[in-house]
Amino acid sequence: MTEKTFDTQSPGGSFSVNKAARPDGELQGAARLLPQWLRNWRTPDVLLRLLSPIALLLLWELASQTGLIPQRVIAAPSQIGGTLWAMIASGELGKHLLVSLQRALVGLSIGVSIGVVAALISGLSKRGEVVLDSPLQMLRTIPSLALVPLFILWFGIGEFTKIALIVTGTTFPVYMNLYAGIRNIDPKLIEAANTLGLNRRELIWHVILPGSLPSFFVGLRYSLGISWLALVFVEQINTTAGIGFLASDARDFMRTDVIVICLLIYSVLGLLIDGLIRTLERFALAWRPTFVRN
Amino acid sequence: MSSIDLLDASKPAPVQLRNVVRQFGQQRVIDGLDLDIAPGEFVALLGASGSGKTTLLRSLAGLDSIDSGQLRVPKARAAVFQEPRLMPWKRAWKNVILGLRIPDAKARAVQALTEVGLAHRLEAYPATLSGGEAQRVALARGLVREPELLLLDEPFAALDALTRIRMHRLIIELWRKHTPAVLLVTHDVDEAILLADRVIVLANGKIAEQLSIDLPRARDTGQPGFQAIRARLLNLLGVEVEAPAVAQHSVASNTVRRFAHG
Repeated sequence: MTEKTFDTQSPGGSFSVNKAARPDGELQGAARLLPQWLRNWRTPDVLLRLLSPIALLLLWELASQTGLIPQRVIAAPSQIGGTLWAMIASGELGKHLLVSLQRALVGLSIGVSIGVVAALISGLSKRGEVVLDSPLQMLRTIPSLALVPLFILWFGIGEFTKIALIVTGTTFPVYMNLYAGIRNIDPKLIEAANTLGLNRRELIWHVILPGSLPSFFVGLRYSLGISWLALVFVEQINTTAGIGFLASDARDFMRTDVIVICLLIYSVLGLLIDGLIRTLERFALAWRPTFVRN
Repeated sequence: MSSIDLLDASKPAPVQLRNVVRQFGQQRVIDGLDLDIAPGEFVALLGASGSGKTTLLRSLAGLDSIDSGQLRVPKARAAVFQEPRLMPWKRAWKNVILGLRIPDAKARAVQALTEVGLAHRLEAYPATLSGGEAQRVALARGLVREPELLLLDEPFAALDALTRIRMHRLIIELWRKHTPAVLLVTHDVDEAILLADRVIVLANGKIAEQLSIDLPRARDTGQPGFQAIRARLLNLLGVEVEAPAVAQHSVASNTVRRFAHG
């Protein structure tokens, strides 16, 4: 019912769109024969979005079945699915997942706590900045991986080393972002707060902390990702459980199906973590223009 | 001027500046300034860019110190800036009572926001407010503290012309009701004449000229005498205007007059 007109006659040319309002209850042709619920049917967006991944999966399956992709390169989707089901049914996957989640969570909470405390100290006081900031900036550039041999020498190959490595990876993103967030608060707002007679404690509570919260969330996102990624190498050190262990074990036995399952778990968890943070932000940062709706 | 008559005459001027100097490096931005503002007086401060207006206002607001001289301001003072400077993470009413340590603060916030015509936006976040609305919240935030001195740093400069006219009316209304002394820094000569009891022209960190505006309120730009004052002030600010010619022209075209109630 849309009528588009290109007017090529007039010197400048013009383009106009003429859209008639859709009359209610008036149906055209075959639509009249369909029942009401079917006429109102709209394919959910989610299903539409799934179409192309499903097509890719089918192609992959076909290539595997015909021998175009050998199993030692990558297993067929059907086989991966079968293995996944077997691992879930036997509780094996759940066990590894739980162990990994626990490690990530413990490391993350320690790392984020250290990062927040350090950022508050160096963000809120000049003296704190002098003392804390440069050593932290130096430590930050050391890759966590390079610390593995040292940590093993110091702390052995037990659980402590694993957690400690996750902590070193997750502290700095939170520290860097929160510190920058505190320092980048609009000085005009600080001035306004001063004219309103806020004392130091009120200034921190009502202005600086809420103002730096968006930056904190950026840091938290990075840290969550890192805590999860760190498991890959941390769980190759003397472990018998965890997703990282599962992946390296599968590599030794050339189980491409299990490797793919591990990768799948990483991406699904990445998605879940992102969703979690988004939900948190929606509540904590409800005032931001992107979330505000009238 | 009725608001002044009501006040206790024995009360000392809330603002007293004696030989105030403020310098940045070698440059004296405020250079031996003397200024008194009476209780409930509405003073407008005009001046070219760099004449020291903003520095003076910041000193009065306690945001900047002075290098020498004497400066006396009341403790109860509030400032409204060109930008509303509301905390984006606080709803309108919470912004209004920020830093206020009183019981039943919400009722006060509601009262203050009702006064500026925003009773329906109590729970709004600043991001959802229009420029004029946000500036009215800032005004409510200032007045809820019952200041003896209200400092206005070009508070209407960023607003559109229509909103500005409404804000002029509102500010006069609120000034009448709360009777603070007001110091308004502005670039707009018309605005200064429409609102103030006294207009001060600042140049090189000193008072170059001050004029009492005796025009009866409510004022408008077509009022007899208005254009003469305007021409005089513009001349002081370095803009050449033929006073009589302008006055005649403006009286002839009543439709372009600017009004301020109060």
